[in-house]
Amino acid sequence: MNTIKELMKKREITLVLLVLTLTVLVNLRAPGFVSGENISRIINDTSILIMVAIGQFFVILTGGIDLSVGSIIAFSGMAASMLNQSNPALPVGLVLMVGVLIGLVLGAFNGLLVAFGKVPPIIATLGTMSIYRGFTFVLSKGQWVTAHEMTEGYMNLPKGTFLGLSNLIWAAVLVSAVMIFFSRYTRSGREVYAIGGNKTAAHFVGVSEAKVNMLIFSISGALCGIAGVMWTSRYAAAVNETATGFELQTVAACVLGGVNIAGGAGAIPGVIIGALFLGIINNALPVVNFSPFYQMFIQGLIVLAAMFINTMMDNRKEKELLNRRSL
Amino acid sequence: MKKLLTLLLALLMVTGLFANGQQEDTVESPLKIVLLVKSLGNGFFEAVADGGVEAAEELGNVESIYMGPSASTAEGQIEIIETLIAQRVDGIAISANDKDALIPVTKKAMAAGIKVISFDSGIAPGGRIVDLIPSVSELIGRQQVQLIAELTDYKGQIGIVSATSQATNQNEWIQWMYEEIKDPKYKDMELVEVVYGDDMADKSYREAVGLMQKYPELTGIISPTTVGVLAASKAIEDEGMKGKVQITGLGLPSEMQHYIENGTCGQMALWNPVDLGYTSTMILEALITGKVEGNEGDVFKVGRMGEVTVGKDGVSVMSTPFVFNKENIAKYAAMF
Repeated sequence: MNTIKELMKKREITLVLLVLTLTVLVNLRAPGFVSGENISRIINDTSILIMVAIGQFFVILTGGIDLSVGSIIAFSGMAASMLNQSNPALPVGLVLMVGVLIGLVLGAFNGLLVAFGKVPPIIATLGTMSIYRGFTFVLSKGQWVTAHEMTEGYMNLPKGTFLGLSNLIWAAVLVSAVMIFFSRYTRSGREVYAIGGNKTAAHFVGVSEAKVNMLIFSISGALCGIAGVMWTSRYAAAVNETATGFELQTVAACVLGGVNIAGGAGAIPGVIIGALFLGIINNALPVVNFSPFYQMFIQGLIVLAAMFINTMMDNRKEKELLNRRSL
Repeated sequence: MKKLLTLLLALLMVTGLFANGQQEDTVESPLKIVLLVKSLGNGFFEAVADGGVEAAEELGNVESIYMGPSASTAEGQIEIIETLIAQRVDGIAISANDKDALIPVTKKAMAAGIKVISFDSGIAPGGRIVDLIPSVSELIGRQQVQLIAELTDYKGQIGIVSATSQATNQNEWIQWMYEEIKDPKYKDMELVEVVYGDDMADKSYREAVGLMQKYPELTGIISPTTVGVLAASKAIEDEGMKGKVQITGLGLPSEMQHYIENGTCGQMALWNPVDLGYTSTMILEALITGKVEGNEGDVFKVGRMGEVTVGKDGVSVMSTPFVFNKENIAKYAAMF
């Protein structure tokens, strides 16, 4: 009994319970929603969100926000697709690396603006959000790259399977593992928490805020680069409007996952569950038979309710701590 | 001296005769019909030019001239029209960069006896005789149902993947789809649901997957939007429903070539620039030769395209959209 109480205190557990409740509710309305096939479909569909949300997590952890993720996805995806189109002989792995590199450079530019230009992250990335989207149009001249211009290898990049899971899911698993390790066990990872927790204190113990900012925006950009390549190859279409509005989903995944929007608190497992929660909603809405006019309303309501329950649990935890102290 | 004078006079007469002959020649020389497009170097308009040449060859008495500014500006088009007035061409069909800015110069052209019409992107009434529009909601909507019926053998449940729920054109087309399916020949078919992909690849894809999950009896998807038809085709392939679920819609040939060639999408529609150039040239010829005045209710006979009736304010509807399939997709994909 005590162990259950202990477990309930963990935010991730609350979230998992919320995810399960949601899934059961959806399954009541749309039987067959819980099936092996559909679950793997949902995880596959959410993999891109998981990767980008992890990048967003680091930025939010420092108290910032990266609004340019959607535009970086669009640009790197378009660039990679055009590279694949013009050089079909180029190995797909190399195209992926170019995509990641482009994302990294765009992210690093955000980092420069924040670290050395002293522009607040929300302003800097609001600007680059438009700039990178504009670049995408300039690069593509408004044209799309579609299936017959892509190589089979490129289109199979996210689709191919290994040990029963799609490459796209493997990419998300790999990114998650590396990033969890980075955030927990490396000096730089802990410095991100330090900056978010208390900037002044971190400064006095010798943590360079500029370095951390460069690092987190570069990570976010690079992850968007992977996402861009995966996005365009998965849908076999590099469109200029790719991932418009995606930044808000990544922020929502983080907040749902218990990341403090003011910085300093949160962990990647929570972000992953938060992203899965959104992924389930995204995939449930088309099958639950609600009018499309209600869908947005319902989506917002569910997210709000989940956050409410989440923070309530947090408050209880704090109260308990206070009580313990007064004893 | 007298002899010399006679010779000179005779020579004059001969040249006079010759000159006369030349004048008669001018009357019989081909009508100069210009297709003035938004800008050069655009595959869509190159295809319009091909249509103009096709009509000219069919008519015999027409020379089709293709022109356009290097950048798509109204100023560039105005300059060209001024030159065309000086050159005294017979007719100009314009895809306008600005529906109002061109009016003064096209009025000047019409005052000089040149017949002016607009196509694809119209000029406001007063600045042209006829505005040729590719199609109307009714024809587009009804045709979509006909296309999917042919693919599904007039059977089963059909879903629609639209753009946004507020898109006026989409909603009008979908309304006509519901009208068309009332026809008894579609008695074994049902339009089950309209879903909205918001013209985003990921959402359209998810909605298409949702349709296939929700309706196991689904036989077809109609997606009258370029992003939607592309994403839904991909969803059908990824879900392994190719052959079981058919798809049609409105799409660009260059973007849909892959799915049409591999059979996922049996056929789809869109207005065809070749037809626009062809019909514009045919209409101008009829106006120049005076066969048709171009008043409301007048009917143009436009060769292989059948008839075009002039509506209110000179707006004339060409036809149902052109159907693309395995046979013709490669040719058009190279154009637009």
